[in-house]
Amino acid sequence: MSALSLAVRDSSTMLRRNLLHARRYPSMTLNLLLTPIMLLLLFVYVFGGVMSAGIGGGGADRSDYIAYLVPGLLIMTIGSTVIGAAISVSMDMTEGLIARFRTMAVYRGSVLVGHVVGSVLQVLASLVLVGAIAVAIGFRSRDATALEWLAAFGLIALFALALTWIAVGMGMASPNPEAASNMATPLILLPLISSAFVPIDAIPGWFQPIAEYQPFTPVIETLRGLLLGSEIDSNGWIAMAWCVGLTALGYRWSTALFNRDPK
Amino acid sequence: MTTTTSRPLAIAAEGLRKAYGDKTVLDGIDLAVPTGTVFSLLGPNGAGKTTAVKILSTLITADAGELQVGGHDLATAPQAVRAAIGVTGQFSAVDGLITGEENMLLMADLHHLSRREGRRTAAELLERLDLVEAAKKPVSTYSGGMKRRLDIAMTLVGDPRIIFLDEPTTGLDPRSRHNMWQIIRELVSGGVTVFLTTQYLEEADELADRIAVLSDGEIAAEGSADELKRLVPGGHVRLRFTDPAAYRSAAVALREANRDDEALSLQIPSDGSQRELRAILDWLDSAGVEADELTVHTPDLDDVFFALTGGTKLPNQSKENVR
Repeated sequence: MSALSLAVRDSSTMLRRNLLHARRYPSMTLNLLLTPIMLLLLFVYVFGGVMSAGIGGGGADRSDYIAYLVPGLLIMTIGSTVIGAAISVSMDMTEGLIARFRTMAVYRGSVLVGHVVGSVLQVLASLVLVGAIAVAIGFRSRDATALEWLAAFGLIALFALALTWIAVGMGMASPNPEAASNMATPLILLPLISSAFVPIDAIPGWFQPIAEYQPFTPVIETLRGLLLGSEIDSNGWIAMAWCVGLTALGYRWSTALFNRDPK
Repeated sequence: MTTTTSRPLAIAAEGLRKAYGDKTVLDGIDLAVPTGTVFSLLGPNGAGKTTAVKILSTLITADAGELQVGGHDLATAPQAVRAAIGVTGQFSAVDGLITGEENMLLMADLHHLSRREGRRTAAELLERLDLVEAAKKPVSTYSGGMKRRLDIAMTLVGDPRIIFLDEPTTGLDPRSRHNMWQIIRELVSGGVTVFLTTQYLEEADELADRIAVLSDGEIAAEGSADELKRLVPGGHVRLRFTDPAAYRSAAVALREANRDDEALSLQIPSDGSQRELRAILDWLDSAGVEADELTVHTPDLDDVFFALTGGTKLPNQSKENVR
């Protein structure tokens, strides 16, 4: 067997293991999904009236706010569900099974690749669920072409990949699953202080840089542009840069920690 | 040593060193394990046994040493070493979230067996390790002994020729321990080389062709169980008294005996033969000594162990008792 087909085979074995875990114990993913879904319903049905009065110069109604909110919440869903990857990687690392894998003639990267691909697939499944709820409560895209939908899908997948690698690094760096969960908290907090809920220019001036110079805002703005036809401007490139940068960083971090001698 | 070294070595280590910071764990040890034999690394907790296994099984790297396993160099060809070995570490290396059977099939997949062959191997090993009934249950519901058996079963997938077992029977009940010994014997009769660590002297005595006693990162002694026992003159007859007065008068009468005042016991050096025993009994009668208990103690690995790993007869172990 060639090195590549060996790598693919071992990685898909590890992926099957991770998907089996997810299928056997769906409660973790569902729990992580609860936050974005709750926030979606809360901001639309409880705060929706007030929030919509604040955007679009005051003339907007609730459906305008749903349109504004949903791209942000889809991206937030990515941030909250990849926390599952941090937890399960750290759980794996604290158990003896990984030591067994390390002493077997399997492709070294397969453990991490299995986690990453498994996590990205779980994120995509979660997005389908959140997306379906969004459509059910009235979200519609505005004149998005097939190409724009494709780009939106690609952007989501790339950002999911980037955040997953970061989460895997966090899982590797944590001594136990609890610590991994704590370490991954910024992945939920950052979207709360991005442009997900209110436009950047509606945020107090001193806070705007924090909201602007972080990965969630440009990705959310790009997705809004693709689905709703708003201005993307430089956000597209900035979003791509964040995706590529975070993926590279998370990959280097995770593999360096994985290749270190275990304790 | 002369009879076995003619066989090719499954494991060869020269000058194996490992230190964590200032603490030297293995201080340049040499190991030579001929193919098809059982080698036991014996030592108290913290002696460096697990570190030796981790290094030889490619889990961690050594600081120095010429190391070969299965004819492959550990430093330059770790993947080739991995393809030849099976490892059961001290902590259970099973996936608790899936079933025993799924664990086995996972191993089969990682060994690149075909689906059919994988199923056959899994079924065979589950049967052999008495796990058929539990096969469809999640491993998190298994008892400690069952997890251990599953661990071994997973190690045996892929038919490894060299197997590392790090304290394989620690925490097992006597029946499970004997079953494990049986499994190890079967493996060896099939030509497999077993590298075993244990803190149970009985286990090393039962299974190992050669034993190395590891103490403070150095090999304190090496040889067969019999060779090691010959190193230590531990044979004696032990007389125990319950009455302090009787003990004192006996101690005066038997000047040659070693006294243990706290235990009220006397030890008379002896090889335990019938002739010597009769002589001792006659001597006791003529001296008018009546002990409450008389035991004959032949040298065993315990004597070797305590003599080599601490110097004292009575181990001042804090947590565990070495049996």
